Amino acid sequence: MKLLRELMFPLIAVLAAFVLGAIMVLIVGDSPIQTYALLFSSALSWPDGIGYTLFYATPLIFTGLAVLVAFRGGLLNIGAEGQLYVAAFATAWTAIVFANLTAWVLLPLCFLAAIVAGGVWGAIPGLLKARFGSHEVINTIMLNFVAVALVSYLTQYHYKAPGDPIMETTTIGAGAHIARLGRFIPGFPERIPLNLTFVFALLACLLVYLFLWRTTWGYEIRATGSNPSAAEYGGISIRRQMVLAMAVSGALAGMVGVNEVLGYRYRYYDGFSANYGFTGIAVALLGRNHPVGVLLAALLFGMMIRGGIFVDAFTNHVSKDLVDVLQGIVILFVAAEAMFRGPFAQYGLLKRSKV
Amino acid sequence: MLELRNITKRFGDVLANDQVNITVAPGTIHAIVGENGAGKSTAMRIAYGFYTADSGEILIDGTVCPIATPHDAIARGVGMVHQHFMLVGPMTVAENIVLGAEPGSALALDRAKASADIRRLSDEFKLAVDPDAIVDTLSVGQQQRVELLKALYRRARLLILDEPTAVLTPREVEEFFAILRSMRTQGKTVVIITHKLSEVLAISDEVTVMRDGRSVRRLQTKDTNAAELAHLMVGREVLLRVDKPEATVGTTKLSVRNLLVKGPGAIARLDRVSFDVRAGEIVGIAGVEGNGQTELIEALAGLTPPSQLSGEVRLDGQDITRLGARIRRELGVAHIPEDRHRRGLLLEFDLAENSILGVHYRKPAVAYAGGIFLDNPAIRRHAAGIIDAFDVRPANPDLSARALSGGNQQKLIVGREFDLRPTLLLVSQPTRGVDIGAIEFIHRKLIALRDSGCAVLLVSAELEEVTSLSDRVLVIHAGRIVGEVDPTIATVEQIGLLMTRGH
Amino acid sequence: MRDVFTAPLVMSTLRLATPLVLAALGGLFSERAGVINIALEGTMLAGAFTAAAVTYASGSPWVGLLAGMGAGVLIAAIHALACIRYKADQVVSGTAINILMFGVPGFLSGAFFLSSGSTPQLPKEQLIPYTPMVMAGLLVPLTWYVLYRTPFGLRLRSVGENPAAADAAGVGVAAIRYTGVLLSGVLAGIGGAYLSIGQSSLFTRNMTAGRGFIALAALIFGKWRPVQTMLACLLFGFTEAVSIQMQGVVKLPSGEDIPVQFVQMVPYLLTIIVLAGFIGHSRPPHALGIPYQKG
Repeated sequence: MKLLRELMFPLIAVLAAFVLGAIMVLIVGDSPIQTYALLFSSALSWPDGIGYTLFYATPLIFTGLAVLVAFRGGLLNIGAEGQLYVAAFATAWTAIVFANLTAWVLLPLCFLAAIVAGGVWGAIPGLLKARFGSHEVINTIMLNFVAVALVSYLTQYHYKAPGDPIMETTTIGAGAHIARLGRFIPGFPERIPLNLTFVFALLACLLVYLFLWRTTWGYEIRATGSNPSAAEYGGISIRRQMVLAMAVSGALAGMVGVNEVLGYRYRYYDGFSANYGFTGIAVALLGRNHPVGVLLAALLFGMMIRGGIFVDAFTNHVSKDLVDVLQGIVILFVAAEAMFRGPFAQYGLLKRSKV
Repeated sequence: MLELRNITKRFGDVLANDQVNITVAPGTIHAIVGENGAGKSTAMRIAYGFYTADSGEILIDGTVCPIATPHDAIARGVGMVHQHFMLVGPMTVAENIVLGAEPGSALALDRAKASADIRRLSDEFKLAVDPDAIVDTLSVGQQQRVELLKALYRRARLLILDEPTAVLTPREVEEFFAILRSMRTQGKTVVIITHKLSEVLAISDEVTVMRDGRSVRRLQTKDTNAAELAHLMVGREVLLRVDKPEATVGTTKLSVRNLLVKGPGAIARLDRVSFDVRAGEIVGIAGVEGNGQTELIEALAGLTPPSQLSGEVRLDGQDITRLGARIRRELGVAHIPEDRHRRGLLLEFDLAENSILGVHYRKPAVAYAGGIFLDNPAIRRHAAGIIDAFDVRPANPDLSARALSGGNQQKLIVGREFDLRPTLLLVSQPTRGVDIGAIEFIHRKLIALRDSGCAVLLVSAELEEVTSLSDRVLVIHAGRIVGEVDPTIATVEQIGLLMTRGH
Repeated sequence: MRDVFTAPLVMSTLRLATPLVLAALGGLFSERAGVINIALEGTMLAGAFTAAAVTYASGSPWVGLLAGMGAGVLIAAIHALACIRYKADQVVSGTAINILMFGVPGFLSGAFFLSSGSTPQLPKEQLIPYTPMVMAGLLVPLTWYVLYRTPFGLRLRSVGENPAAADAAGVGVAAIRYTGVLLSGVLAGIGGAYLSIGQSSLFTRNMTAGRGFIALAALIFGKWRPVQTMLACLLFGFTEAVSIQMQGVVKLPSGEDIPVQFVQMVPYLLTIIVLAGFIGHSRPPHALGIPYQKG
């Protein structure tokens, strides 16, 4: 019953978004039914459809979890985008500089680089809030741009192969490659970039759940997010929680870099993120800020990204931008939850404490 | 001038106004007096259109007026100065005063006219306010005059003032009363909400006493005295009798010396307070709410930033003045906060999670000391133990705290804090918004805790609760302890006078 | 060094500052009324795309400009409805609009112009390269006047600082907030239109490239005041102009180019520093981001 109620609202929001999307498709002169059929069939075909859907879902699981952890701590992390860029570059840098190390040493090192870089970049706005009270939303937005410029500079001036016209680094050491799932699943081709990072993403869902709901640290983060005054009363340092929640959030966002660099391109490629950080907000909200919900929402969005490419190619008028449109509408509906619930229920998943 | 007839207003379960009748004669200063929560502010907010009554009528100048918004009230010549000022701090005095009733055209605010009008009004009522000053830079007393000007500028004939002197120094109170008298001379009618009897006697022509949401009596001020008003205000029939054995007092647990707590604007909210609490006794703090009780308890619980404190707090002789809430808990200080929704509970969390707030990092919440993994089975056993011992209903640890009634929420908090086996318990408003059965239960538990040798410091706005539970009563007024009384000897009237007059 | 600071640089600064000024003033109306507007980016994109598309269809940049303003208002109306009527989290609503507007222009241009996210090239005579610059210049004193010298401005500021006080004084909080947010749509719409039918001659995918966020940064840097905000926009426009001009001209002593990325970071770093209170504290309107609940 409770589960049903939890699922009900996100489903309505998604459905409403698809209906609006259908109207738009109709307006531009294509058949909504055909478009959606194409979208889902191409996203669920074996092996390519499912492979790519899961591949696209992987970064969204991480960014969704990142937003979730911050949100549970009463903070809105709009900075996953910047955190994942810094982390991606850091992991690539590690894998380039220490390319000769053996995989058993290099891989953990690269993971660590991504997690630490993302975590530190995330902790900065947490610290700024704890120390100066400046709003994390503005600071995360600003740090996104700083991150993008910083890694772009490093790529262009220091780690680009001479003569390469593309803004990308040289390739990473083979020891840092993460195996693609094709190696383990019969009939699943290795050209599909779905890699072990997806498994780590599933693991991360579990770990985030355990962290938030089964450890004292998670308890303190959630207590701070739920009622900072009561948390203080319970002897919890709310300033410490701001930094911790943002650091964990950034570290999770940083894992996107692992998927991208170690599992897919084997180099840092400037501007790789297709708004993963921002879509993570949609994923977290749609998933009701619960790891299971985040997983489901990320899979849905992964399907949409994959299907969008086919819709782009095989309809007359509809482009893959439909996916962004649908995502935007979903978040709007989720944000304006009260629209569906009448004017009397204004608390709910969007109730954020003002620390 | 103004008449409220049979006004009834309910907020959820709370009946804030129950058939309230208030008649204010024109050209008089009318005091409405009563304890906190007696429904004074609610009644007047209804008269000003901030709330709408569930039933009843508002009459102005003898005719029934539907007042649904402040706008309606303003149009009828009613102005109100709220207890918490409704001012826009970064804007100027003039801007605040004309807001919503601006002179000039839509395209150009006539600032010269605004300033001139305000200066004229200010002179007329001897308010001495500079229209061009920024409100944030003004003293509280000056801000209050801005509020008065706001009402006067809107041609208010009736001014409702909600606890106007709560924020003023004694000198400012004198000046303020002079202003009110001059307003009366100019033909204005004033309603002043207060709980200070001295003020009622000093300024008002007539007085209405309210108690428990009802209007109890309307009196001519010259025909009454403080004792009668105090009796009408606080002297309700005794509903509960607490039977308690003689206290067996032990050594000094808590020793407070010259404790001072600064509030916003560096005003001392608690002013050099000194007292002791010994093991095995309940020391009650009696006082009208807002006289420093909250600051005292928060400071003792370790929730006040050390930068706002001075003085010394010792627990068993150890200086704990600068220690945080967590360490104080570890030293055996438990705390039942005055506002369970703000401080005491995580409303979205379930009862099991709420049962470990404050002890979530140690046994039994974690399996091993210093570990970070919560031991869920142990937490649930812990919660079940509290739920059982303190009769929390429904007895389901998976329920969110929001789902419980006020009384059961309070029992959960009391249970959680008692479970710490405290040597010092700080308890504030233990039975506010709690049903009769739970009140008795909590009272019995407090006595039992005392008898087990715990030192208890009790704050309550219910005078009767303080006198019936406490072994000693300290009376607090304006942030100072103004006296100590023996509750077995002192009458409610005597304590009430100390509370409201400060001497 | 001297040959960098020339008349072209001044022009370039003004050109680059124009969309920032327009969008930032828009943000000012919304935020001074208490509604966070991180949807400026999306609103500008809507204005840019609509202006270019309508100019192409109608042949008149004036019709295009008007349509761009209309698109801005429409987007702002969504934001206002979500934030004021339905009390949505203002940051989340803004993010949703940004994502939505990242997609909508591409979606529509794919359908109508069979392109992947851009509109057809417009001829030179259908561009308005100067009018929006003049508008931006005039709007700064106008905004100042409206804000500080009219009853509406007084009410707008009071609603953003202390809505309860405004309510008690008989001011309609919701109405004022709607007006503020819709005005921000108009101005950000013009700012967007300038990008597509003023600065360049077509709409290209994501052509705002973060300008909505820089405008937001300028608004914070300018402490939510019109003149200071304009100065911040000029500063940010100047850094961008310099970074464009500098490439290949000015070298570090080591003979390398000054990396353009460092110049790009300036607005964002400055904003973080100002927000932390290192250079004069930038205090947001007190009620910013908080839906007004009576009682």
